[in-house]
Amino acid sequence: MQTVAPQSASTQLKPPVTSVGVIGWVKSNLFNGWFNSLLTLVCGYLIFRTVPPFFKWAVVDSLWFSTSEACRNADGACWSIIPANIRFITFGFFPSEQQWRPLLAMVILVVLLFYSQNRKRWRKSLAYIWALALVAMGLLMKGGLFGLPAVDSAQWGGLPLTLLLSVFGLTAAYPLGVVLALGRQSRMPAVKSLCVVYIELIRGVPLISLLFMSSVVFPLFLPEGVTVNNILRAQVAIILFTAAYIAEVVRGGLQGMSKGQYEAAESLGLNYYQTMRLIILPQALKIVIPPTVSILISAFKDTSLVVIIALFDLLKTTQSVLSDPQWRGFSNEAYIFIALIYFACCFFMSNYSRRLERELDTKY
Amino acid sequence: MVEEKIQTAGQQAIIEIKNMHKWFGDFHVLKDINLQVGKQERIVICGPSGSGKSTLIRCINRLEEHQRGQIIVDGIELTNDIKNIEKIRAEVGMVFQHFNLFPHLTILENLTLGPIWVRKVPRKDAEETAMYYLEKVHIAEQARKYPGQLSGGQQQRVAIARSLCMKPNVMLFDEPTSALDPEMVKEVLDVMISLAREGMTMLVVSHEMGFAKSVAHRVLFMDGGEILEQNNPEDFFEHPQHDRTKLFLSQILH
Repeated sequence: MQTVAPQSASTQLKPPVTSVGVIGWVKSNLFNGWFNSLLTLVCGYLIFRTVPPFFKWAVVDSLWFSTSEACRNADGACWSIIPANIRFITFGFFPSEQQWRPLLAMVILVVLLFYSQNRKRWRKSLAYIWALALVAMGLLMKGGLFGLPAVDSAQWGGLPLTLLLSVFGLTAAYPLGVVLALGRQSRMPAVKSLCVVYIELIRGVPLISLLFMSSVVFPLFLPEGVTVNNILRAQVAIILFTAAYIAEVVRGGLQGMSKGQYEAAESLGLNYYQTMRLIILPQALKIVIPPTVSILISAFKDTSLVVIIALFDLLKTTQSVLSDPQWRGFSNEAYIFIALIYFACCFFMSNYSRRLERELDTKY
Repeated sequence: MVEEKIQTAGQQAIIEIKNMHKWFGDFHVLKDINLQVGKQERIVICGPSGSGKSTLIRCINRLEEHQRGQIIVDGIELTNDIKNIEKIRAEVGMVFQHFNLFPHLTILENLTLGPIWVRKVPRKDAEETAMYYLEKVHIAEQARKYPGQLSGGQQQRVAIARSLCMKPNVMLFDEPTSALDPEMVKEVLDVMISLAREGMTMLVVSHEMGFAKSVAHRVLFMDGGEILEQNNPEDFFEHPQHDRTKLFLSQILH
């Protein structure tokens, strides 16, 4: 009896090799046809004209730790503006001998954010850790206890302020947005119309005008002698604004859910809250991760608008440095640096969202 | 076979439907339905599409609301009282045409969700029960997988097991095999037949006439929102009374 050869012709057949070596790849991808060849040449020329000069400016001719006078005589980038002013850019008017406090608060925040990335750690204990960390961060920023000198919030600024506004803005806006989306789907007319009016009103107004209203109009309605902290008002404006956008995205996700999922949940006897919490929201929120993250990222960047109500966030502290006669004229370097910080944060968010999507994918 | 069926059909009614009407907008979808289902009775409902058969069984656990008449399940009348509805839904299992498993949960989690959250069973016990029923539908080895990784027939068996985990008194099946590939119909019907042997009260909307012949006590024929004819399977298939029943049977039996 003849046994079938373990590697018959059919099992040996491999997918066709589309390229042979580097030259083959270049030929088939960059120079296949006159149009693509032309494009390749044009792009090559543009890259040649832009990248080497930028590299020369940013790296070869650049100065990293020098005085501003030295910079003015050099051809390259003056990165020295960053280390020379790093403390003001980062912490604003926070008293300089106390600046370890916001630094520590930020370290706590970043460490916790990274620690919380892993979904396996999302337990009750993590919530307690966060609560504890919040108290610690608040104490570090505000002081006034345990021998820490009090620092008025008017002196908060720079990166801690940006992180504060965005991290709390986003984490508060998200659940609020979900509640608004559910409210908009409610069968109770009062709840529904309230949510619709809220969402449409807020979405119809630019964030800048909300911030203005929070700092100019809102205090007019407060009783005599009562003041609400400027940062808190900006924070609330950001939360309310972002929540309206998140609500609409979440509503899209809710509408994408099939009726069968509701019916299956209901036919098990689950009540409305259980159905939403256990069945509908986990799926709907997963579907809308990409647009939600877009909103969170843009909300993060929009926190820089608080400059218009005289809060010294990261962008404003940088601009202040640039208005210093000594460093005037080095705005390219300063803005590139700020852009990199913003980019790092946004890239982290979008990266993490992709990881979440991957982890939550159940192949349905 | 016949003897056994008659013996197991109890006299006590577990579902009572009296003069029930339902409209979708202006469309009168169910007209004056009267139906009594005894404990351990098995009823197969057939009829052309749009005849209201799915709507009828969906009214029994209030996935659809009736507008006139009475529906009493296990001694509880279905009204707008949400607590009663949830109580009845927990007692009445439902299997859907499109399975409707929860795709974000594993098979095991699909099965334990109801018992844990509605029946307040401890997780460990709920998982034991779930594994027992998964064994029963011959799918225990898939417990850790997600619904999307299973075939249609496997998913439907999981859906049946999910309902059974709630220890229901009545099981409703809404065309459980019509979304399946032909080669998977049998594995699902086999599970339903074994369920029938154990004395489960079942209402099955189905065109599986073989299934009706072998397990049903009664076959109902619906058309235009009415129950036109009902009889035991032998007489129903051998001597249909109504012209429309004859026409329908000739169409589906080829």
